[in-house]
Amino acid sequence: MSSTAQAADPRPVPSDNLVEVEDVHYSVGGRKIFSGLSLTIPRGRITAIMGPSGTGKTTLLRLMTGQIKPDKGRIRFDGIDVTSLKLGELYDLRRRMGMLFQNGALLTDMDVFENVAFPLREHTKLPEPLIRNVVLTKLQAVGLRGAARLMPSELSGGMARRVALARAMATDPDLLIYDEPFTGLDPISMGMIVRLVRHMNYALGITSLVVSHDVEELAELADMGYILAGGRVAAAGNFSELKKHDSELVNQFMNGLPDGPVPFHYPAPDYYQELLEGSA
Amino acid sequence: MSLLREIFENLRSFVATVGAVALFLLRTLVQVPRALTRPGLIVAQIHNAGALSLVIIMTCGLFVGGVLGLQGYDLLQRFGSEDALGTAAALALIKELGPVVTALLFAGRAGTALASEIGLMRATDQLSAMEMMAVDPVRRVVVPRFLGGLIAMPLLTVIFIAIGIFGVQVVGVQLLGVDAASFWSQMRAAVEVSDVMEGVIKGVVFGFVCSLIAVYEGYTAVPTAEGVGRATTRTVVISAVLVLIFNYMLTAVML
Repeated sequence: MSSTAQAADPRPVPSDNLVEVEDVHYSVGGRKIFSGLSLTIPRGRITAIMGPSGTGKTTLLRLMTGQIKPDKGRIRFDGIDVTSLKLGELYDLRRRMGMLFQNGALLTDMDVFENVAFPLREHTKLPEPLIRNVVLTKLQAVGLRGAARLMPSELSGGMARRVALARAMATDPDLLIYDEPFTGLDPISMGMIVRLVRHMNYALGITSLVVSHDVEELAELADMGYILAGGRVAAAGNFSELKKHDSELVNQFMNGLPDGPVPFHYPAPDYYQELLEGSA
Repeated sequence: MSLLREIFENLRSFVATVGAVALFLLRTLVQVPRALTRPGLIVAQIHNAGALSLVIIMTCGLFVGGVLGLQGYDLLQRFGSEDALGTAAALALIKELGPVVTALLFAGRAGTALASEIGLMRATDQLSAMEMMAVDPVRRVVVPRFLGGLIAMPLLTVIFIAIGIFGVQVVGVQLLGVDAASFWSQMRAAVEVSDVMEGVIKGVVFGFVCSLIAVYEGYTAVPTAEGVGRATTRTVVISAVLVLIFNYMLTAVML
């Protein structure tokens, strides 16, 4: 192929990174969430996004999936600029993503089977026997084939998340996003989710992005991680590198210290002064 | 000065809300053709909004008709024209009471159910999950519920009117002794097709208003328990006020 032909080819050139976030700025109501955030999510790997509460981890997911647009900067998914897509194009792109919400976000008027079948019924014209087989395969993968006819209200938190994972995998996405997948789970359910995330990633060759602040679970699961703070990446690397990081904030976060750059006390006037004012 | 500013702010907020509702309606109407390709979803919502409201509509229709029979008889007998009870009650039910009371009951039963259901879907990330699955929640959730309410409301109005007239007949003819033949024949002679159409048109307009308010309030609810509760309350209050305002305007136009 000549160089002229290469220049005319509008298709994005595949890179080693499935997602690229480049110098993103984002504010809400005058409050800066991100100021020059840049990071990449490598293909076929499990990447963790961590950070203290309120650092914009979920906002970053919403930016990556095009639910909100940044004030400045670019976000590319497989070379496609997410920030410039129209709604229809965005929906086409989202078919290549699966997302596991913190609470599972199962559709409460449908049973487990119908929840997993939902994206297939909406986006494909597959015959019913094939949909049934795909749904049962996905439910078998998460160990809940026997729960196919239960309603979401009959599931435990861990089971709901496993069903949501089966649903997210139903259309075989390129990227699986997990938003706080371990929150509120008992150790057994947590172990199951960790095992499933790892299994899905390696067995299906997909890219996984896990947003959480459960450092221990992420250390066991993720290939690498980013710690967000102050609107940008405070640290990046594998977990042994992150644990040895010289930043005070990263050290506080990774070791779960109650006080440090992120203070224990919410900003307030002088304690004794305020007590004295009250008694006067 | 601060009062003027407050009035201006309220006015600005009102205009902004009307604009937001208009845009939401446009977004909903654009999705109607695609939603019509899944009639099963609309039929399910007609069942939810219509069939599940039947008991309350029929009970209230019966008692509203009964009261109309009592009051109408008491008034008309003073002039010796109790035989006109059927005509008077039928016209009152068909042109005013039927559509208005049905709409108020519809807003209270089906409207609140719609608003809270959609609001809870928002609060529990179900709508976000649909968006992430590349499914437009307006097409999948809002449009079938809007159309279901729009179709169910005129049907409920007709049922309310029919049961109401039955209630008038039970009280007027069976209990108070109005002549049955005069009751029915005068009613049949006086009630025109245009009167019935007026009631049906009102039913359609009120169905449109109540369904739109319910789905809008649910869809834009703040995703918290308090937010969903507020959306539900606003659905009833705004629907009731708009129904009464639209009723006056429609009556003024069609009279």
